[in-house]
Amino acid sequence: MWNPIEGASREEIEALQLKRLQDTVTRVYHLVPFYRQKMDELGVKPSDIRQLSDLARLPFTTKQDLRDHYPFGLFATPMDQIVRIHSSSGTTGKPTVVGYTRHDMEVWVEVMARTMAMANIGANDVVHNAYGYGLFTGGLGFHYGAERVGAAVVPSSGGFTKRQLLLMKDFGATAICCTPSFALHLYEVAEEEGYNIKEDFKLKAGFFGAEPASEGLRQAIRDSWGIQYVECYGLSEIIGPGVASLCKEGGLHIFEDHFIAEIIDPDTGEILPDGEEGELVITPVTKQALSLLRYRTKDITSVTRVPCKCGRTMMTMGQIKGRSDDMLIVNGVNVFPSQVEHVLTKVEGTTPNYVIVVDKKGVLDRLEVWVEVDEDTFADGIGALEVLQQKLRAEMLNELYINTKVKLVEPKTLERSMGKAQRIIDKRTALKGEI
Amino acid sequence: MSKYAVKQLSIFLENRKGRLEEVTYTLFNAKINIRALSLAESAEFGILRLVVDNPEKAKTALSSGGFTVKEQEVFAVEVKDEPGSFHKVVSLLAGQDINVEYTYAFVGTSSMAILIFKVPGHLFEQAIKCLSEGGVKLVKPMFFYG
Repeated sequence: MWNPIEGASREEIEALQLKRLQDTVTRVYHLVPFYRQKMDELGVKPSDIRQLSDLARLPFTTKQDLRDHYPFGLFATPMDQIVRIHSSSGTTGKPTVVGYTRHDMEVWVEVMARTMAMANIGANDVVHNAYGYGLFTGGLGFHYGAERVGAAVVPSSGGFTKRQLLLMKDFGATAICCTPSFALHLYEVAEEEGYNIKEDFKLKAGFFGAEPASEGLRQAIRDSWGIQYVECYGLSEIIGPGVASLCKEGGLHIFEDHFIAEIIDPDTGEILPDGEEGELVITPVTKQALSLLRYRTKDITSVTRVPCKCGRTMMTMGQIKGRSDDMLIVNGVNVFPSQVEHVLTKVEGTTPNYVIVVDKKGVLDRLEVWVEVDEDTFADGIGALEVLQQKLRAEMLNELYINTKVKLVEPKTLERSMGKAQRIIDKRTALKGEI
Repeated sequence: MSKYAVKQLSIFLENRKGRLEEVTYTLFNAKINIRALSLAESAEFGILRLVVDNPEKAKTALSSGGFTVKEQEVFAVEVKDEPGSFHKVVSLLAGQDINVEYTYAFVGTSSMAILIFKVPGHLFEQAIKCLSEGGVKLVKPMFFYG
């Protein structure tokens, strides 16, 4: 356990949560016009928050609110306090922007250090970090957490599978950070390349997040690499990775002294009791720059407060069962169908008729966008159609930050094959318990 | 419209099994006779280009059959079925800087061949003029529609 608070009594944790929640509500009420207005509309004053259950009186925050206040409209601190900005894809066109003060960075590094401690990573470890470095919070999030516990970090970033394997072997990586599908892909390539997994590698743990993984996929990673699987849940709007991490006993502990979690009915907004499935709502209570009240994650799961064998008393959450919106996670990257629509309206010569097909190519995800060619857009020439295809591909990459295969299809192809107009076809079976 | 403008139908086709047959069946069902055809393909899709005896009827049948059809104007010339005939026509066009977008051919009678050309729309008349002046025999649309 990195920090004794993780094993504190429920009373202690809840008292800390209440104090921090009260401070947070007071701050945002006075510093963020959006929250002042929302709270005034609901007739709630910061002084009304007297116990934790008063959380229910506070307004929700959605991704759309972040978008409406793009880029810095919800920040509660002036820009001279901001030391880091990250961003993830937004629903249409504009990304979601998050900011961190020096204090926020300290919170993030702390929860990432706790994550590393889930597998006892410390000064004698070499952490190979294959999350993408950049605007995505994965790369730098794991990086600083591993540094904090004293490990040597190899910031290899994503891609270049063969080179990654070489570095992992030569530098003696004892832990790896990447998406679960990339971990399995690495294993497959290692086999193809003739590595001897047991002799050539010293891995003992992996920190996996950014995309959902079935139990089958987890088991395949544990078995193939022979490592402890540490699941890492998080989202950039809250902090990045580090919202919850999986202990050795299988509890996905939410770091509750920083993040208050609730489960609500996504339709009514009502709070559901422990054990019941609903949408996870999180209120970060120690952040300064982006201090959101009751952020709706859209992730469907449940929580329990049963003490864990590992000694941690912090609430655990179940695996993510799905989403209450249409967001897709493709190789760890969030993709919204509306982004695809946005590209199509921008590129001349296309119809807004499209279908998104997500499939597996080996163990990695592959995103295809099928665009209908109708009589108005059908240029009579292979070259013209290929130019259109390339242009769409480039625009998709620009908008989605992901490589897309663009396929031009005949009109009504999908109604014909699916029986109805369906925008998304997810052929991946990973979520259904298979690999 | 030029009197030598021949209506050609272009049909967008995904590369999937049986799709071409669906086109041919649609045309057969509408009693359309195909006079000339060419198929251009990329890795994932193709364009079938047809000159038929009744373009309007064919277009209606294909559109209502769910195909993406575009009507284009092409022209046709008749040349002797012997070495150098195609070269002569292409040379005349090249001499005028007229870019040939695509062309295809079929043997007409025992000694003659028909060549079909697609050039950029704004160069259509210029192409007709230069071929006509160059002694190339242009084919009237009625030859196909008859």
